[in-house]
Amino acid sequence: MLLEIRDLHVSVGETDILKGLNLTVNPGEVHAIMGPNGSGKSTLANVIAGRPEFTVVRGEVSYQGRDLMALLPEERAREGVFMAFQYPAELAGVRTWQFLKASVDAVRKHRGMKELSIREFDRLLDEKRRMVRIDADMVKRSVNEGYSGGEKKRNEVLQMAMLDPTLAVLDETDSGLDIDALRIVADGVNSFRSPSKAIVMVTHYQRILGYVSPDRVHVLLDGRIVRSGGRELALELEEKGYDWVRAEAA
Amino acid sequence: MTQTLTRYERYEADFHALDTAGRPQWLQDLRQTAWTRFLDLGFPTARRGNEKWKYTNAAPIARMEFGHDGRSRPNGLSAETTDAAIPRHDAWSQLVFVDGVFAEALSSRPESTDEVRVSSLEEAVLSNSETVESHLARHTPFEDDGFAALNTAFLRDGAFVHVAAGADVETPIHLVFLSTGNAAPTVSYPRALIVAENGSRATVIESYAGLNGGRYFSNSVSEMVIGEGAEVEHYRLQEESEAAFHVGSARVVLGEGGAYSSGAFSRGAALGRYDLSVLLDGPGSACRLSGLYVTSGTQHLDNNINIEHAKPYTTSRLNYKGILDGRSRAVFGGTVLVRKEAQKTDASQSDKNLVLSPYAEVDSKPALFIYADDVKCGHGATAGNIDEETVFYMRSRGMDVDTASRLLIHGFASETVDTVREPNLRAYLESQFLDTLPGRRLEF
Ligand SMILES: Nc1ncnc2c1ncn2[C@@H]1O[C@H](COP(=O)(O)OP(=O)(O)OP(=O)(O)O)[C@@H](O)[C@H]1O
Ligand SMILES: [Mg+2]
Repeated sequence: MLLEIRDLHVSVGETDILKGLNLTVNPGEVHAIMGPNGSGKSTLANVIAGRPEFTVVRGEVSYQGRDLMALLPEERAREGVFMAFQYPAELAGVRTWQFLKASVDAVRKHRGMKELSIREFDRLLDEKRRMVRIDADMVKRSVNEGYSGGEKKRNEVLQMAMLDPTLAVLDETDSGLDIDALRIVADGVNSFRSPSKAIVMVTHYQRILGYVSPDRVHVLLDGRIVRSGGRELALELEEKGYDWVRAEAA
Repeated sequence: MTQTLTRYERYEADFHALDTAGRPQWLQDLRQTAWTRFLDLGFPTARRGNEKWKYTNAAPIARMEFGHDGRSRPNGLSAETTDAAIPRHDAWSQLVFVDGVFAEALSSRPESTDEVRVSSLEEAVLSNSETVESHLARHTPFEDDGFAALNTAFLRDGAFVHVAAGADVETPIHLVFLSTGNAAPTVSYPRALIVAENGSRATVIESYAGLNGGRYFSNSVSEMVIGEGAEVEHYRLQEESEAAFHVGSARVVLGEGGAYSSGAFSRGAALGRYDLSVLLDGPGSACRLSGLYVTSGTQHLDNNINIEHAKPYTTSRLNYKGILDGRSRAVFGGTVLVRKEAQKTDASQSDKNLVLSPYAEVDSKPALFIYADDVKCGHGATAGNIDEETVFYMRSRGMDVDTASRLLIHGFASETVDTVREPNLRAYLESQFLDTLPGRRLEF
């Protein structure tokens, strides 16, 4: 088991958002999480990544058999947890290559690998950015500043590729992409797939699942996973919406 | 009154002791007028309802006794000592002043040509330069400014740059004003006059720095006359010693179609103030003013910028940034004045502050006065700490809080450094200035 979430209750301030969520992810698997707006999908992704303002009220999250909640966000990243943000931040004056270098250095250092030389780093960056079709000029610009919606999403995939995580949680990385970009992102995700890694993909559309075929599809409703199935569940949701799931869950 | 006299006794004695034998009468008269004016004005106090000095208390300067010796020569100073304090590049022309007095041995100035003349003001005055006589102290009114009056009263030496019409001076001209900062507090009066005739181009860098840790007072005035269609790039580095007082002003006047760009970087002095006044006095003239101030400890830095749009189709762009730490304080003030006849003025101002400590404080209070009706004016000021959302984004990529904040603070400042066009200066700022930026002790 790579990730195991049991009876997870999470709140922000006085508001309960996750209300007893269970999820098990094994190495090599791809899980899709779908659900209406505000049901708690991003909250789940952010709790896994360690966003400070969320409070875990009850339940357990274990990653590679360890208590994930005991780790700082940066420790989780170094241990191989990655989240692609639904709304990535913009970093004024911090260039993308500089940001990536600092990230890669931090992660490699933790894994006992030596720091990449500028030349080695450039080679790695060139290879990865070509995969997601980000041109050389773009990595010289400030992180996400003035990037289009689609460019920001591709930049998230670039970061994933550079950091080479074990568990990737992608929060709507397929939203706002044109047809070509969707393919590029899907290819990026597929090339990341391996028997030792796992992907949790939050999405509103079954379309991406045509490219990246999931092992499991889950419906997150009002803070809980209320239904799980195979790829066909995504198609059913697309056709019928969430009301029937809600009715059955009630 | 008696008290005032007592307070300025030392200045009075030094004023009368200043050796100005052989100087032309106009200069003697100018100095006398300025001295009389200084005695009337004194140092500014917030008490008088003085908007310009509302947030900066000049009393520590007024209270202290500073000695002045206009004859002091940079005995025993070598290029190695001075270079450590300032940016430098072999390609630059460099005039070095120690305690306000020209130090030939430390300078590397170009031969005077038909295109450009770079000399000490003293030389220019003694050779009866008409340009000097017609411009010196004509652009910096000291009627309402005690510091400018005091500087003018002690006017003896300084830098003089004269760029001939149509000349394109590619080599940056670096004016270095060093203070020795000896055991007994001293004051010096750096002065510069830069005249860029019609259609000329030049880059001028001013550096202010201290050589020793002692307490001293540097009271500077620079005047810049930019002719029709002329372009001047002006950089100013205030890197005075920690205990120093620095009060400087620059007054820039532009003719039709003239362009002035300024990059002001300040991180030195215990108490520092820079007044930059730009008079857009010709139609279509434009200025672009960037600045970065970095404060820590109990430092107090004040930038006061006054832009006057006097003619139509004039443009001003102001982008300042501050990084504050410790218990320091920064002030960003001044005015943009759009005269009635200055139609089609396009003015924008922005002052952004990164306040890293809960004990640091910034007063960002620029004011707009618009008397024309067909203008485009905008201004904004912000102050805030590093955005936690952004820090989380970076932590989720494996960086610790320290690395993340350092990158963000560096990034914030580098946006200003990036506007510097002179590559050797930009390199200095990137390697020296940015590297001493404070980090952040975040609590999560
Ligand atoms: N910081 C916060 N403070 C208060 N409420 C919050 C906060 N963050 C999230 N919420 C609330 O928690 C609920 C779940 O939000 P979340 O972002 O997880 O939804 P989501 O399933 O990702 O929705 P979407 O599909 O629109 O992205 C929402 O009602 C949201 O308003
Ligand atoms: Mg969401």
